[in-house]
Amino acid sequence: MELQIEDSILVKDYIGGDEKALEVLINRHNQRISSFIYSKVLDRDVTEDIFQDTFIKVIKTLKKGRYSEEGKFLPWVMRIAHNLIIDHFRKNKRMPKFEGSDDFNIFSVIHDDKLNAEKQLIKDQIDSDLSSLIDELPDDQKEVLVMRIYKDMSFKEISENTGVSINTALGRMRYALINLRKIVERNNIVLTN
Amino acid sequence: MEEIYSEEQQICKITKARPETVKFLLGFSKSMHVIDYNNMQFETTLN
Repeated sequence: MELQIEDSILVKDYIGGDEKALEVLINRHNQRISSFIYSKVLDRDVTEDIFQDTFIKVIKTLKKGRYSEEGKFLPWVMRIAHNLIIDHFRKNKRMPKFEGSDDFNIFSVIHDDKLNAEKQLIKDQIDSDLSSLIDELPDDQKEVLVMRIYKDMSFKEISENTGVSINTALGRMRYALINLRKIVERNNIVLTN
Repeated sequence: MEEIYSEEQQICKITKARPETVKFLLGFSKSMHVIDYNNMQFETTLN
């Protein structure tokens, strides 16, 4: 059976300058401390960070000679890790971070409504094509279409502004659309994004 | 052959800090020195 040197002796050796003792201590308790941290934070990288910070604190305290062997080494290290875990959650509470998991990604729910550069170019092209097509329409039809689509006016408002009846305005809108479709078909224009 | 429909249980993983982390800590320990001066303590890290 392998002889195990007690933690307290290793700690004393380490304080006395034996760096090898620290290696033994870290390797001996690595799994227990890591698993403890992981069980709380459930994240490999955060576990790694807290583990590292824990031992940085351990090293500093030991080197400064502030460690008193009241209890045992492992419970003391666990206590430090526990406090750092609390710090971690406090920090996260102030600045919450949301990360998607494998089966749920937040970016599938919220996304940028803006078009990408290519689609924006296509859209601009279509808009300019369409406005030159509208210019081809007879003036009365063009007037109604512009008021309805670009100025977002109701047919009632259009009829009041142009001095024609609502039915006439509706008719002009209908013909404007029919004529636009005809121009598009005649010239084989593709207006899709 | 019988098909197994039960899903694989999430296996409890045993976590262990990466060897790089341990190496870093040992390096940190070697490079860190505490200097005592007039009841004051200074930390120095040598490369």
